[in-house]
Amino acid sequence: MGLFILRRLGVMILTALCLTFIVFWLTNLYPNLEKLAKTQGNFRMSDEQVETFLGNRGYTQSLPVKYGQWVGILPGYVIDGTDGETRAKCEAGRTPTEDTPTFCGILQGEWGQSTVFRDEVSTIVGTRLGLTGKLMFWVMMVMVPGALIIGVLAGMREGSRTDRSLSTVSIVSTATPEYVSGVILIAVFATPLFGMQIFKGTATSAMDDANFNNFFLPVITIALYGMGYIARMTRASMTEVMTAQYIRTARLKGVSFPNIVLKHALRNALIAPFTVIMLQFPWLLNGVVIVETLFNYKGFGWTLVQAASNNDIDLLLGVSVVSVFVVLVTQLISDIGYVFLNPRIRIS
Amino acid sequence: MENDTYDGPILEIDKLSISFFTRLREIPAVMDFSAKIMPGEALGIVGESGCGKSTVALGVMQDLGVNGRIVGGSIKFKGQDLNKMTQEELRDIRGSKIAMIYQEPMASLNPAMRIGKQLMEVPMIHEGVSEKEAYDRALEVVTDVKLPDPKRMLDSFPHQLSGGQQQRIVIAMALMSKPSLLILDEPTTALDVTVEAAVVELVKDLGKKYGTSMLFISHNLGLVLETCDRICVMYSGEAVERGSIEDVFDKMQHPYTQALFRSIPLPGADKNARPLIAIPGNFPLPHERPPGCNFGPRCDYFEEGRCDQGYIPMAHADEDHETRCLKFQEIDWNAPISVGAQTEKPEPGRVVLKMDNLKKYYEVAASALFGGKNKKVVKANETLSFEARESETLAIVGESGCGKSTFAKVLMGLETATDGQILLDNKNIESTPIEARDTQTIADVQMVFQNPFDTLNPSMTVGRQIIRALEIFQIGNNDDDRRNRMLELLDLVKLPRAFADRMPRQLSGGQKQRVGIARAFAGDARIVVADEPVSALDVSVQAAVTDLLMEIQREHKTTLLFISHDLSIVRYLADRVMVMYLGHVVELGTTEQVFAPPYHPYTEALLSAVPIADTSIKKKHIVLDGDIPSAMNPPSGCPFQTRCRWKDKAGASLCESQVPPVRVLADGHQVKCHLSDADLAAMEPVIETPIAAE
Repeated sequence: MGLFILRRLGVMILTALCLTFIVFWLTNLYPNLEKLAKTQGNFRMSDEQVETFLGNRGYTQSLPVKYGQWVGILPGYVIDGTDGETRAKCEAGRTPTEDTPTFCGILQGEWGQSTVFRDEVSTIVGTRLGLTGKLMFWVMMVMVPGALIIGVLAGMREGSRTDRSLSTVSIVSTATPEYVSGVILIAVFATPLFGMQIFKGTATSAMDDANFNNFFLPVITIALYGMGYIARMTRASMTEVMTAQYIRTARLKGVSFPNIVLKHALRNALIAPFTVIMLQFPWLLNGVVIVETLFNYKGFGWTLVQAASNNDIDLLLGVSVVSVFVVLVTQLISDIGYVFLNPRIRIS
Repeated sequence: MENDTYDGPILEIDKLSISFFTRLREIPAVMDFSAKIMPGEALGIVGESGCGKSTVALGVMQDLGVNGRIVGGSIKFKGQDLNKMTQEELRDIRGSKIAMIYQEPMASLNPAMRIGKQLMEVPMIHEGVSEKEAYDRALEVVTDVKLPDPKRMLDSFPHQLSGGQQQRIVIAMALMSKPSLLILDEPTTALDVTVEAAVVELVKDLGKKYGTSMLFISHNLGLVLETCDRICVMYSGEAVERGSIEDVFDKMQHPYTQALFRSIPLPGADKNARPLIAIPGNFPLPHERPPGCNFGPRCDYFEEGRCDQGYIPMAHADEDHETRCLKFQEIDWNAPISVGAQTEKPEPGRVVLKMDNLKKYYEVAASALFGGKNKKVVKANETLSFEARESETLAIVGESGCGKSTFAKVLMGLETATDGQILLDNKNIESTPIEARDTQTIADVQMVFQNPFDTLNPSMTVGRQIIRALEIFQIGNNDDDRRNRMLELLDLVKLPRAFADRMPRQLSGGQKQRVGIARAFAGDARIVVADEPVSALDVSVQAAVTDLLMEIQREHKTTLLFISHDLSIVRYLADRVMVMYLGHVVELGTTEQVFAPPYHPYTEALLSAVPIADTSIKKKHIVLDGDIPSAMNPPSGCPFQTRCRWKDKAGASLCESQVPPVRVLADGHQVKCHLSDADLAAMEPVIETPIAAE
């Protein structure tokens, strides 16, 4: 078990390295840097001025070196600028002092500075992640039980009327992307158009004080999308289990139908959807980006959008590192949980 | 409880008809089926796959699924009509008064539920007993079905038990609330012969102990003979003959029953002098049944204008013996069997294949998912040595896990040997994997697989698949050449040339296996490894496919390595037999030598375990205890010592500590055993054939 987790951790780190390198490379393409120089310095800089501006701030070093400095395995640059100023990465672009450390990458906990929010990346990511965590938690609380109940109800009698109507609902909900369902939900429940103005169309106030009124719409928008998908998987796995021979055994043992479903079928039917539920996390991140922007809920997804549209290199990198870890950790949990659900794998 | 005094028949089925409804049409699965089981009696239903025998069982249970429906007749259990019961009443009866034992024990047990819980459920539902009481009951029943360490058993998951143990659990589950009727649907098909023998014995004993009536469904006539009092033969949805075991086995009154008996290899059958007679033609599909007698088109006694004119009722042939044949009084049932084409026994030629001290070890990690360093060595083959000659049939016999399939893999080059050598025409091939072998070697050594249903590509025509083999073997100069050769191959396996353009799904099991044989012989293979080639086929088709193999062998002087667990068929067709147990060759000799004393103790048990469908044969009854030990953790000393009944005679300490040496008893007959010559000589034959039989 220990070795297994260790191996998965290794894979995680490797994936995170590759992914951040790609993001790093993309954000450090020259046109992006040029834009950065012009926003930070002067919009009317000539090409030569841009060149020296970037050179003085270490942006013109080769890509692997810059990446190494960002990760924290290469010493941060100390450049005697052409303008007579000495800048060090580890002193946030100011003149180095005695205490300035040599290495300052994410390994040392230095995530850099956000140029948009004028704040430490680590604090931004921390608070935003907390807010998104709150959103995700409620999404899960609504989505997973809902999806499992729909799936099991649909799957226990394949082809029945319940099955067909529930299946239609789940296909419709999973076929509607968040930016469509979100808009529809806002139009129906948050405007006076249909006379059902029950909820608030914005979730900004939910950041401090989440209640049913201001939080329901964003939660249900994300949940609906994932719910249909998980329900379909649960249904498929449930119908398969219901035709298994051991279900026949149970039936011919005289077990009543509700007990067959609850005691015999459920656990076996949940093995496959469990992995899917865990796989939903990356998709949730996806939905979070759209929904948070739509409802102006300033969480992780919203931050990502802000960082990307403002070419906030350090923030963007920080956000991608965290997302990679969130996704991979859920996969690890999914693998371990699978083992506990399925005794055939547990003891071999 | 009011039924306790009931003394009529336990089960009475009267003119039962069951149909399945599809969108296209109604498919009658069982027609006009009647049967009666008295208390304590065992009725066997025999027939080939698709004849409706399992449908009868599910009909009794009233569990025919969404599409199945009972369209006529009645099923009375202790006088109550099951057809008219409500779901609640049925649920009351299921599991408590009628219990069922299934074909595949692994699939019939809930994989995510501990065995104890599955067992305890039965009395808890039906008798509302407390958990404690249910546990005690479960413990008692598990002890009854002779499982070791019952407490641990109750606490384990199904996958932790072996197949035989699982089946015992299923039996225990059926017996939990002491049912009056037990339905056994092919209960031993998935098990090894020695395990099968033990399970059958157990069922018989428990049936006596609890006074349970049994409905025993099987395709194996020998098994029914051993377990049942009465028998009902089914063909294509109808009962064709019904009567007591003795009547049906010795004085059969229906041509199908007769043909069935002639197509199974009984002791005395011989591939050269007395070949089996296969039933011609194929089993009719349920919606393509002929008018009149269903067996008509395949029957030797068929009379046009009489047998194909409408419904044929059951007729009384004798007291308590019925047959569904119009002509049973006219047929001379005692007429000698017209002996099929007799052939000369071919002389074995030069040695083609030689194995010398072949070893194959596997290294496996104890747990695949969690890695771990404790690797274990599985000794799949241990010092295998033998020779195979041209046009000789060498049978390799043994139960699952004995290493016979590993051996085939090494020979084919799918695995490489750990040690020792394989000489093909004096060329070493043991460490050449199949990718590195030259075309000629690959074409020379070919294989016929066990399951014809999985080994043909479902999306390629039959002809194309054979041509593909020809292309690989570089036979023929152009496509026309190869097409001609392919058609010749179809002739060789006696399939119509029109089959070249068919898809595998349009073929029956026997026909698919013929395609498999044609493919194996595409490159004029000199050595063909047939891995259980007929065990997935129905009895009536088995004979035809076996005969085909024999015939091709005679023509092509092929060396046939026939891997099987079915000793009857091995006795019928093999020239020499090699018995394997846990990777060791325990006995090797000519068929006569192996099937007559002195035996290796394992061979003796194996022979005794095979059910033989002949009432005149007396068999010694040897039941092996326990299961085959795992190859991961083999016993010390002699591999068979844990189950051997002769162990005390040879000296237990000797058997437990040393692997016995190979001893040559007679010319070409070798045994791996510690028993003294005197003990070996004192062994009695397991199977006694009455001399007057011929």
